[in-house]
Amino acid sequence: MMKIHLQGGRIIDPQSGLDRLGNVCVADGKIVAIGEQPPDFVADRVIDARGLCVCPGLVDLSVRLREPGNEYRATLASEMRAACAGGVTTLACPPDTEPPLDEIGLIEMLKFRAKSLHLSKVYPVAALTQKLAGERLTEMAELRDAGCIGVSQADAGLVDNQVLMRALEYAATFDITVWLRPQDVYLSRGGVAHDGVVAARLGLPAIPLAAETIAVMTILLLARETGARVHLCRLSSAMAIQMVRHAKAEGLSVTCDISIQHLHLSEIDIGYFDPNCHLVPPLRSLRDRDAIRTALADGTIDAVCSDHTPVDDDAKLLPFGETEPGASGVELLLALTLKWAAETGAPLAKALGTVTYQPARIMGVPAGQLAVGAAADLCVVDLAQWWRVDATSLKSQGKNTPFFGYELCGKVRYTLVDGLMAFEANQHGLSDS
Amino acid sequence: MGGNPQLDEQGALRHLLTIDGLPRQTLVQILDTAESFVAVNEQEVRKVPLLRGKAIFNLFFEPSTRTRTTFEIAAKRLSADVINLNIGTSSQSKGETLLDTVDNLAAMQADMFIVRHAQSGAAHMIARHVAPHIHVVNAGDGRHAHPTQGLLDMFTIRRYKSAFHNLRVAIVGDVLHSRVARSQIHALTTLGVPEVRVVAPKTLLPVDVAQMGVHVFHDMVAGLRDVDVVIILRLQNERMRGARLPSTQEYFHYYGLTPEKLACAKPDAIVMHPGPMNRGVEIDSRVADGGQSVILPQVTFGIAVRMAVMSILAGNS
Repeated sequence: MMKIHLQGGRIIDPQSGLDRLGNVCVADGKIVAIGEQPPDFVADRVIDARGLCVCPGLVDLSVRLREPGNEYRATLASEMRAACAGGVTTLACPPDTEPPLDEIGLIEMLKFRAKSLHLSKVYPVAALTQKLAGERLTEMAELRDAGCIGVSQADAGLVDNQVLMRALEYAATFDITVWLRPQDVYLSRGGVAHDGVVAARLGLPAIPLAAETIAVMTILLLARETGARVHLCRLSSAMAIQMVRHAKAEGLSVTCDISIQHLHLSEIDIGYFDPNCHLVPPLRSLRDRDAIRTALADGTIDAVCSDHTPVDDDAKLLPFGETEPGASGVELLLALTLKWAAETGAPLAKALGTVTYQPARIMGVPAGQLAVGAAADLCVVDLAQWWRVDATSLKSQGKNTPFFGYELCGKVRYTLVDGLMAFEANQHGLSDS
Repeated sequence: MGGNPQLDEQGALRHLLTIDGLPRQTLVQILDTAESFVAVNEQEVRKVPLLRGKAIFNLFFEPSTRTRTTFEIAAKRLSADVINLNIGTSSQSKGETLLDTVDNLAAMQADMFIVRHAQSGAAHMIARHVAPHIHVVNAGDGRHAHPTQGLLDMFTIRRYKSAFHNLRVAIVGDVLHSRVARSQIHALTTLGVPEVRVVAPKTLLPVDVAQMGVHVFHDMVAGLRDVDVVIILRLQNERMRGARLPSTQEYFHYYGLTPEKLACAKPDAIVMHPGPMNRGVEIDSRVADGGQSVILPQVTFGIAVRMAVMSILAGNS
């Protein structure tokens, strides 16, 4: 196996607080040295990392790979290449595939197919209920043993609180994390935009805040009752975040994430019906957006994810309300997290923490850190390189993002997974090795 | 997604999609042009050759009688060729996408599309997609906008009240689901009406409606006090199914326009309705057919206003 020497980079490990210039040496898929190069280390390849940042590979809590079932939208190969181009070495994929990830056979097939590509590490989140129908529990303990890192309803919603309570009890029995995107199915029914001034002007069917807050309250109360460990996905409102802040202060075992879209955008960005701003949950008010940015800084929000959802062009070439919701984003996770840090003055290590070790903890996997002996999952980033988001700069098959036309700073130059080069930008910073 | 999609680089009107964001001069230009067409419509030969040889497609994805007919009459009086398509019953039910339908019609040398669709934003999407020489007129998209209706209402108000700057206007009814109300609100505020009121129960108002520049009333008597113009909106029966209202009877009791409630408005107040009316639901027949009603003149003026819009768009090619 190739020995790689990353020479003279700025090494940042957000978890340990390490931030220094030096070398990182990789052999047999593992990090063998950080700082000084061991005297007996002879590299097969030396990468000049001077002026670049060497950091842990990113960990993304929500990347839709669209397999099985939606291969016309995207494939494992296309989306995992996109992930590597974005520096994402570890990702969780939600169970809302076709069919949903509710059986061991599907999990094994997905893991096998992903592994054979030698790209990012894929950890499925299994369905909480069979076919995501919200009625019968999946065999979640066996699914966990097969490699799932949690169970979730994805965006399917859960109407029956008795099912939710029992699911939490059962998951707690086996110490399985339950990932829930809080959404009251009835209150959000038919809605496509936040119940605010933009929906009022554009005449879009609206989703009230209470669709999220009622669900958060229900989940938090049931989590306390059952002792289950809960991860709340894609919070969108100031009030929901405030509720999580209280729950954490109370000592409840709860974590939460937000998407890069909700970190930067608000309902205003819908403009004249931009279908790329049709998202789930909806983009909310500027006040909510600002609360999200503050809560990420104060640690109430544990992680930023891309909520990567590649959608084919046809599904976006429709009137706003009929378009498929979602945005492609795995290649933007790093740059948009850095943008947040630059705009709010958050330290670099703190920003990187929200996309590395913090999400890795939620997943319960050994990832997102630089340590001697750990797997060599890392990326080398040019923190000063500006680039423009457009259809040609994205490898993902989904060319749908509200950030088209944005100039972003921070571009991945190399991505290593288990010591293998999974992505290498050319001199112009765009194409594969 | 760029600037205002209905204006070209010079700021001239390329499409008419919504009144929201249009400058006051543009609205006044349309109203003034419509005045000249009212005269045409009163002539013996009610036809002018402004749009001779142009192909105008009435693209109705949702059923309509009044709007489609007045657009058709307007186009014919401008000497255009008019093609009516009720898409709800043809291609769409065969699985063709909206843009495929539009592309096919564009290939038949269309110059203008008049579009009605049940989804908010449909006209914007079509306007973004078509070749630069094709104009799109929104004839109603979901709950979003119905700009020619808004304009004909302004035309009617100007005819009866002569100016906008000293008026108090009340819009009564289902604002939440009404594209007409949204277009009226934008038109009234743009033309300088100092006080626009909306009157409805909370279930029929968008949460942030006040941010559109209107005063919110839930009590109709208070909402109609001393107004110059009363606009009544149509109430659709499906509102009863969505738990927004208990019954049409209760709605009529509290929000139906009766002679008694109308007496709260100024004595010379006019009563408008975009049609089609539900008599005994949102309006009492005595008011609908009474001396203050200008509901039928609205329909007549609708032809002149639509002629104005089509001729201005064609002139901006």
